[in-house]
Amino acid sequence: MRNRTVPQPAMSFEYIMWMFTRISGLALLFLGAVSLVMAFVMGARELLDMPTLARWTFFPNPNHVVNSKIPDVTQGWANAYWQIMQIVIAFFGISHGLNGLRVIIEDYIGNTIWQPMLRGLIFLVWLFFTIMAVFVILAS
Amino acid sequence: MAAKFQTWWQGLRYRGGGTMVAWLLHRIGGLAMVIFVGMHVFASFLTQQFGSGFGTTLNIIYQSPYFQAPLYFFVIFHALNGFRIILLDTFPKLLEYQREVTWLQWMVFIPLYGLVVFFIIAGIVSGE
Repeated sequence: MRNRTVPQPAMSFEYIMWMFTRISGLALLFLGAVSLVMAFVMGARELLDMPTLARWTFFPNPNHVVNSKIPDVTQGWANAYWQIMQIVIAFFGISHGLNGLRVIIEDYIGNTIWQPMLRGLIFLVWLFFTIMAVFVILAS
Repeated sequence: MAAKFQTWWQGLRYRGGGTMVAWLLHRIGGLAMVIFVGMHVFASFLTQQFGSGFGTTLNIIYQSPYFQAPLYFFVIFHALNGFRIILLDTFPKLLEYQREVTWLQWMVFIPLYGLVVFFIIAGIVSGE
């Protein structure tokens, strides 16, 4: 096979979102790993069963570990640190997911009048879900 | 109608090989996760603020093994496949070994997903 030349992209919306997809994907993997390791540090081997540990790894919300042997979730499992973690994970997750939805939609509709309209709609959905997620995190 | 069927059929017969299967699963899994996470956040909001039973109904569906098995498939596959895409984009010289890397990805995926399936089946057997 010939050597491939990789074009150097200019700064554009598509390039920034392309980069964001990669960075947020890696960040979600990393944040999941941090939640998993921290759960074991806090004694998950004794306290959690497998599905509970998986739920906590995906999203470190105290509601995800209520049905476990943890005597009191406010001791380590529910505090400002985990709230910040959850907000960061929710931001990356929602943005990564809805940007992916935008890419898939624009693959099939092409360059029509629907493209800017659906972009606007997805932006509103993104705003709605981000605000709702932060609300749920701070209230739980 | 005939023309449309023709394109669908050609699309299905297109021999993109393993990398095309990976692309398709990445896309379907991504959509599935957007729908799942979106409904989950919305349901927890309704349960938390209005005490709605909608969240509880959804949680019963989420906890069923028939929902969890495909969900874990998509999540693990999407994570591994995304990692492969990032690696090959960062080091374009590796694109020459695209096919081999995709097979390697399945070799990592199968034992990982097998473990998940084992725990799901163990949960059914023990009556959880």
